Amino acid sequence: MAELTMMRRSPLAALARDLMDNAVTGERNVRVSEWRFTTMVSLRVDPTSAAADALEGVLGTTLPRSSGEVTSHGQHSVLWLGPDEWLVVSQMSADALVPALQECVAGAHAAVVDVSANRTVLELRGASALAVLQKGCPLDLHPRAFGPGQAVSTTLARIPLVLWQVGPDSYRLLPRASFAEYVARWLLDASLEFASTFRDGGRSE
Amino acid sequence: MMLLTCPWCGPRDETEYHYGGQAHVAYPENPSDLSDEEWAEYLFFRDNPKGPFAERWSHSAGCRRWFNVVRDTATYEVLEVYTNADPRPVVGSPAGGSR
Repeated sequence: MAELTMMRRSPLAALARDLMDNAVTGERNVRVSEWRFTTMVSLRVDPTSAAADALEGVLGTTLPRSSGEVTSHGQHSVLWLGPDEWLVVSQMSADALVPALQECVAGAHAAVVDVSANRTVLELRGASALAVLQKGCPLDLHPRAFGPGQAVSTTLARIPLVLWQVGPDSYRLLPRASFAEYVARWLLDASLEFASTFRDGGRSE
Repeated sequence: MMLLTCPWCGPRDETEYHYGGQAHVAYPENPSDLSDEEWAEYLFFRDNPKGPFAERWSHSAGCRRWFNVVRDTATYEVLEVYTNADPRPVVGSPAGGSR
């Protein structure tokens, strides 16, 4: 696999420079970056089964049981995608993690699939991150309804993606690879207004 | 714009869902015994009531699960949301409906 790893290109490789150059600084700062080649594993399993228990043992954490919930342990985070579907996002290499998880479900009515190339991870960070997302997401992202440590499947600018809030001003977006460039360009465009230092536009004092 | 409550994900915008037509249309037990007319009835003929209507929805941008909704086609009021495992609710009474 080593030679394949050297040849791979992330979905946003061509935009890396634009993402850096268009970071908005100042009071209303916001920036987009890509976490490349993150390990992601799809789990489909009955949460009450022995296979689920075995998966929880290997991951070192429980599979979250309700929408929005994320559980983490060490290098792994487990995101709830459905009543019998989870996404493991890990800093461990897929070569090490996937066989260990697949062993847990051998012979069971369950599936463990390496989906690392399915999505990419975009990080949106800064004081204006929430305002940028609110321009294109139908979800209520106000802190009273959504907060750090929550992840949901939703849409942004009509693109289906997983939205994961990791800090007060920090979000991770997981669109499919083929939508990643569109989402990144949309975010850059949506961030543009916050680079303006012109305040109270059009209002005469 | 409707706010539909997914049984698993809670209230989400209508744009996250996909419409699946009338609910509780059972697949014929012996499809090969049906006449062309009966088969066409099964395939193409659906109710079109003014008032409560049980229909299927899929939370396609969320948990991707199918579930059923009883919606008033005249007022767009969502009267019931229930999973495929739940029994079909009895609606129609003015007090009926959870929302």
